[in-house]
Amino acid sequence: MSVLFLILPLALLIVFAAVAAFVWAARKGQFDDLETPAMRALHDDPGEGKAPPKG
Amino acid sequence: MSTTPDIVASSSTPAPRTPPCDHCGLDVPEGLVESGTERQFCCMGCRTAYAILHEHGLDQYYAFGEKRDAPVRPTGKRYEEFDHEAFNSLYVKPLRGGLCSVELYLEGVHCSSCVWLVERVPLLLTGVVRAELDIRRARAHVEWDPAVVTLSAIAQQLDVLGYPPHPFRGVAAETMRRKEDRAMLMRIGIAGALAANIMLLALAMYSGWFTGMEAEYERYFRLVSLLLTVPALFGPGWLFFQGALASLRTRRLHIDLPIAIALSAGFTRGAVNTITGTGPIYFDAVGLLVFLLLSGRFLQNRGQRAAADAAELLGSLAPNAARVVDETGERELPVEALLPGMVMAVRAGDTFAADGDVTEGRSATDCSLLTGETRPESVDVGSRVYAGTVNLTGPLKVKVTQAGEMSRLGALLRRMEESARRRAPVVQLANSIAGWFVAVVLVVAVIAYVYGLTHDPLHALDNAIALLVVTCPCALGLATPLAITVGIGRAAKGGILIKGGDAIESLNRPGLILLDKTGTVTEGRVRLVRWEGAEHVKPLVAALERGSNHPIAIAIQQAWSVIPVLDAANVQQTVGGGIEGDIDGQHLIVGSPVFVARRIGAEDHAPDVRIEAFAEEGLTPVWIAVNGAVVARAGFGDPVRGDARASIDRLRALGWRVALLSGDHPAVVRGTAQLLGIDLADATGGASPEDKLLRVEDARTRGTVVMVGDGVNDAAAIAAATVGVGVHGGAEASMSAADVYLARPGLAPLVELVEGSRRTMLVIRNNILFSIAYNVLGATLALLGMLDPLIAAVLMPMSSLSVVLTSWRGHTFNAVAAARCPAVARTDFPVAEAAP
Repeated sequence: MSVLFLILPLALLIVFAAVAAFVWAARKGQFDDLETPAMRALHDDPGEGKAPPKG
Repeated sequence: MSTTPDIVASSSTPAPRTPPCDHCGLDVPEGLVESGTERQFCCMGCRTAYAILHEHGLDQYYAFGEKRDAPVRPTGKRYEEFDHEAFNSLYVKPLRGGLCSVELYLEGVHCSSCVWLVERVPLLLTGVVRAELDIRRARAHVEWDPAVVTLSAIAQQLDVLGYPPHPFRGVAAETMRRKEDRAMLMRIGIAGALAANIMLLALAMYSGWFTGMEAEYERYFRLVSLLLTVPALFGPGWLFFQGALASLRTRRLHIDLPIAIALSAGFTRGAVNTITGTGPIYFDAVGLLVFLLLSGRFLQNRGQRAAADAAELLGSLAPNAARVVDETGERELPVEALLPGMVMAVRAGDTFAADGDVTEGRSATDCSLLTGETRPESVDVGSRVYAGTVNLTGPLKVKVTQAGEMSRLGALLRRMEESARRRAPVVQLANSIAGWFVAVVLVVAVIAYVYGLTHDPLHALDNAIALLVVTCPCALGLATPLAITVGIGRAAKGGILIKGGDAIESLNRPGLILLDKTGTVTEGRVRLVRWEGAEHVKPLVAALERGSNHPIAIAIQQAWSVIPVLDAANVQQTVGGGIEGDIDGQHLIVGSPVFVARRIGAEDHAPDVRIEAFAEEGLTPVWIAVNGAVVARAGFGDPVRGDARASIDRLRALGWRVALLSGDHPAVVRGTAQLLGIDLADATGGASPEDKLLRVEDARTRGTVVMVGDGVNDAAAIAAATVGVGVHGGAEASMSAADVYLARPGLAPLVELVEGSRRTMLVIRNNILFSIAYNVLGATLALLGMLDPLIAAVLMPMSSLSVVLTSWRGHTFNAVAAARCPAVARTDFPVAEAAP
């Protein structure tokens, strides 16, 4: 019995995990807008360290 | 408003003498430069926006270094209608915890700093919980607490920052499309992963074919391949079986049918051979086919979607508020809440929101949207006005008779939708080929099988199946979508938005092109075309017309903007007649020949011969009298676009018949036809929207009909035509009905569209020839029994690859240098330009 009989199903399991992750991401709408998040990544979080409105 | 020309002029000079605006970065007009202050602003809008950002500690906005392409010019609207119940029930979605959410389309967003600023709105306004911007679609998702802040306050804030908001209409269609997109993406992901792994196994088996492989491994590999192919075929690949079934049910041949035959033949034989342990399996071919064909289809959908998105945004820009007068005073109501019996106050320059009767005031209206007539129509108490037309000169009170879908505009739009639904879809070239393709392949396969039975019974079935698989029209299925996707993408860069591939195919069969006149071949604006008379009268006329916003007056102001300004006294306007007043001690009368003749007491004289001459050229005559004598004659008209003649000649050279179909006065239409070299028999004037629809439907029985127009009056005809084309600056109804929207002014894009479509079809034909040649080669080899699985495995991707390459390389549409692909979809809206 070669190791192949064990390795191949394992490899396919990993493929299955990757496909499941992709399907989850697509279903969650992660691929709906591919432009804005790239810009947003450069922005600081709102709210922290910002001066409050002068009263 | 007056700052615009200054900015344009000074920004083009190499060394600006004025400092840049601290908010938008454009040069500050000289008159507005303030000495002694650190900050300079080009307008109040920018000053306000800067103050707001500074006060809230949001100066970081300026660190992005991306400059706005226009100064902030708030519209000053109060957005009261955003708080109305009718608006709420249409666009606002309640969330848990008493919050609400809304989708807004924002004008003027274009870069990373816009994303940042819009998403900081929660910091500016307490009560706003979340603001998220999708930059490509210019759409903001806003969540807020209605107990703390009103939606109108949020809208005002966005407006002040330079992003006038509009409710996004079409959320339902968008949600459906998004779901489709996600489903397709999932299919491709699954099919891709499975195909890759099947191919890895296949690679091992092909290697084993050369070097030898132990039987137990081979059987194991074949079994695993089968296990991987089942989900690929019955998951993502199921789409093709659905298509094939639908094609059989409706008896309309579709490319899915031969694909489904090949897939099922290959899979069934492969599965049987896996179990029996002999003969070829076709799993690698099946897996790859599913993946490639799905990818082709996905690309095609995406390309067409971009154009549909742009058309939808136009719908969001339609006016959404009307000013209603009642006992409590004037207030803004959403258009949806208008009811018959209400009284609207309509200012000069506003669009009527509903049909109604004038109860107070006198004015002129521009009905070109509904009728195509360029000349303003005067209205008085008791006159009927229609939704979608524009009030030009004076404030009116209008009692609503029909609102919303019941208005004449609403009825027209319904007709448009009906004719769009009735229209038979164009049979795509690939699908029409699919018909005889299926027949030929099946017949050849049966012949091969029968012949094989008598000569080589052992391999007869395998050879026949190999034939079916190798002739799977993969390249044929890719040939059209790929070429069309590339074509649509390049066209969009040049400002031509194509919503569907069938438009490209239809434009390849020359037929009849019907052009609307107003706004399509002409500029759609009244201009001073002819001036006969003394030069020294011009300053007097300019002074008299200065305060008026009648189209003729505006045309004069535009034509003579450099003439020094005099003061006019005792100015008196007569609706439907003209204007008179005293300037520099002289009494001046400007108006229609009849009006002028009456005012100077010359109505008994023989009519002026020049009136006839002007009418023949399609010009509106205006006579000018000084101190009781006619001293000058001016002709006003809607000038033909500069590129119209050349474009029409080019279209004719390509084999099209070009005709005019307009709602304007027949004399004017004939004049335009003469200018353009169009046969007078082909110039139809005075056509109502219903006439236009009839004409298009009649012509369709004889061949391809392309309807090009811009108004609501063209919308039904555009929807009924083989290919409907909406032109730059048109009404949103004609955009949504059109298959193609030209986002650049003029007729040159129309020529580009026709030529580009021809070239795209050439690429498609070449692709189809290529793929058929491969199929013939494969079929010959299969017939001769020489097609071993390895050759098939090489041959199939080769044919697909060559199709991909020719599609990408093919010259279809010229991506014009002035290309502004995303910007075209976002900023080139007529309404956006008209905003003050």
